[in-house]
Amino acid sequence: MIETRNLKKYFYVDRDRVVHAVDGISLTIHENEIVGFVGESGSGKSTFGKALIGLWDKTDGEVWFEGEKLPQKYSPEDFRTYSKKMQMIFQDPYSSLNPRMTVKDIIGEGLKLHGMASGSDLTERVAEWLRKVGLAPDHMSRYPHEFSGGQRQRIGIARAMIVEPKFVVCDEPISALDVSVQAQVINLMDDLKKQMGLTLLFIAHDLSMVRYVSDRMAVMYLGSMIELGPADQVYFHSKHPYTQLLVASNPEPDPKYERERKHVPIHGEIPSPINVQPGCRFFGRCPKAMEKCRNNDPQWLRVGQDHFVACHLYSS
Amino acid sequence: MSREVILKVRDLDVEFDTYGGVVHAVRGVNFDVTKGKTMAIVGESGCGKSVTVQSILGLIPMPPGRVTRGSAILEGEEILGVSRAKLNSIRGRRIGMIFQDPMTSLNPTMTIGKQICETLKVHYGVSHSEGMKRAVDLLDQTKIPEAKKRSNQYPFEFSGGMLQRAMISMALACRPQILVADEPTTALDVTIQEQILELLKELEKQETMSLILITHDLGVVARMADDVSVMYAGLIVESGSVDDIYYRPSHPYTMGLRAAMPSNREGYKRRLEPIEGSPPDLFHPPKGCGYFARCPYAMNVCRDHPPRNYKSNGHESLCWLHEAGANKVDGEEFHYLDRL
Repeated sequence: MIETRNLKKYFYVDRDRVVHAVDGISLTIHENEIVGFVGESGSGKSTFGKALIGLWDKTDGEVWFEGEKLPQKYSPEDFRTYSKKMQMIFQDPYSSLNPRMTVKDIIGEGLKLHGMASGSDLTERVAEWLRKVGLAPDHMSRYPHEFSGGQRQRIGIARAMIVEPKFVVCDEPISALDVSVQAQVINLMDDLKKQMGLTLLFIAHDLSMVRYVSDRMAVMYLGSMIELGPADQVYFHSKHPYTQLLVASNPEPDPKYERERKHVPIHGEIPSPINVQPGCRFFGRCPKAMEKCRNNDPQWLRVGQDHFVACHLYSS
Repeated sequence: MSREVILKVRDLDVEFDTYGGVVHAVRGVNFDVTKGKTMAIVGESGCGKSVTVQSILGLIPMPPGRVTRGSAILEGEEILGVSRAKLNSIRGRRIGMIFQDPMTSLNPTMTIGKQICETLKVHYGVSHSEGMKRAVDLLDQTKIPEAKKRSNQYPFEFSGGMLQRAMISMALACRPQILVADEPTTALDVTIQEQILELLKELEKQETMSLILITHDLGVVARMADDVSVMYAGLIVESGSVDDIYYRPSHPYTMGLRAAMPSNREGYKRRLEPIEGSPPDLFHPPKGCGYFARCPYAMNVCRDHPPRNYKSNGHESLCWLHEAGANKVDGEEFHYLDRL
């Protein structure tokens, strides 16, 4: 349904320094599927999501949506066309809602812009969506500051969903929320996916949650996708040394298990994405690094049913 | 196994005056910290976990804050309400603290080494050159590469994980008996979190230091804690060993927290069970149990009568369900669903 081909997004710091935020990602997302994206901060996962729906201009590569190639750089008309089909839910429910607009204006804006509803019809649709996300229709005339974090996140969800998009990018939709509220938001998205046949790109750094939510899971490191596969495969049978370390770093809410497992912290920190060197990006931190990893980019290899990895360990 | 209690907190009440009225942030908290062990305080935002430890260390601004009741006894000595001079000899030297956001907790205009050195000068009166030397050793102890060079750098030159290590070095400078870590890894990536947690575990052993860990992350608690206190609406609603809390929970809030999280078991996804509703308004704390409105097992008695502390499954729980004749709720059974 949506496909990226070698998608790249670079940022230019100055003439000599280029941030390779997203460096050639090819990914196909099927209809009614949730693909989870995990990675450390600075790995480029949010930039990928934004470049995918046109919030960033693409430096290179293509994005295809329902058989149609999307423009390299969106014009205002393009935004109008595509925002009806593709939407985004943002991480921070505090800064992503205009504090001077009422909830009705925030949620109804999309409908108005696309000429999908007006007047009492619009009010009715907003009320319906408020109910769907677990808020009350009489919240409509309130302002964002009158709501808690979890409630604001639901307003953000209602705003994205009301135009009935086909594809939604969720950029860390639950990281700012408490555990008990996270579950509310996750269940809500699960229900909406089933009811509306949604396709989702779910970006987060919480591995357990991504495994739980996603059908397939992708791991990003320094602008590249290094592993992709069915969520349980990637989590429980990781192939890439980085994914293995990432999963091993994820504390499980089970004290006995935590006491028994060996804790081997991953060495060092994610390097700067400025002027990335050739070779495997994980080379400097990888416990299994070999000589050929230094200078040769690893190929994208199939290691199981729908399971792919970019690592020299698996090349023959 | 001897369990020597090093810090004993009883009946702690903290209030804040605000424009909206008086907030009862902490409403009678009790806990013990054992020597050389980690005690975790878990709870969601706004439950009062940070205020609890900050009030013990005299770190809450007064006014508007005020400790209205309670005691905190550090090795037989009361430390609540003591003079500023006395407090200064305890803070840093006997109880160290690290904060959630290292970027805003360090002075951006001073080199890291100098900030650590300052602590040593104040508490031990060492010379500048001696202090700087010890600062480098401390940075080295927290595994900061090239400690000598790093000690002459400013906070902006450090990454988040490195800054947290620098903060730990500073807190360790006077070899405190207790280290308070307030959400030490919340702002960090899991891989860096793992490094910091491992470091804290090592230091705890090396220095036979006690750790008070404040966090909302049940994974981190399982990884780190010996004892756990679960906090809700200004009260510790359940406390016990980490195994008690995870495998034999007896307060519905603790059970609810666990049910709201995904379990990591291959090929298995149960629907998450959120805790509906939101915490009570602490401007007007409820007469009865604070969890009443959200509790699936609530009884009539819970509405108007604050629950007593009961011993259940070998640990303490603030819940009427443990009164003889109340409904029976088995936390154990539904928790084993999720065992790996």
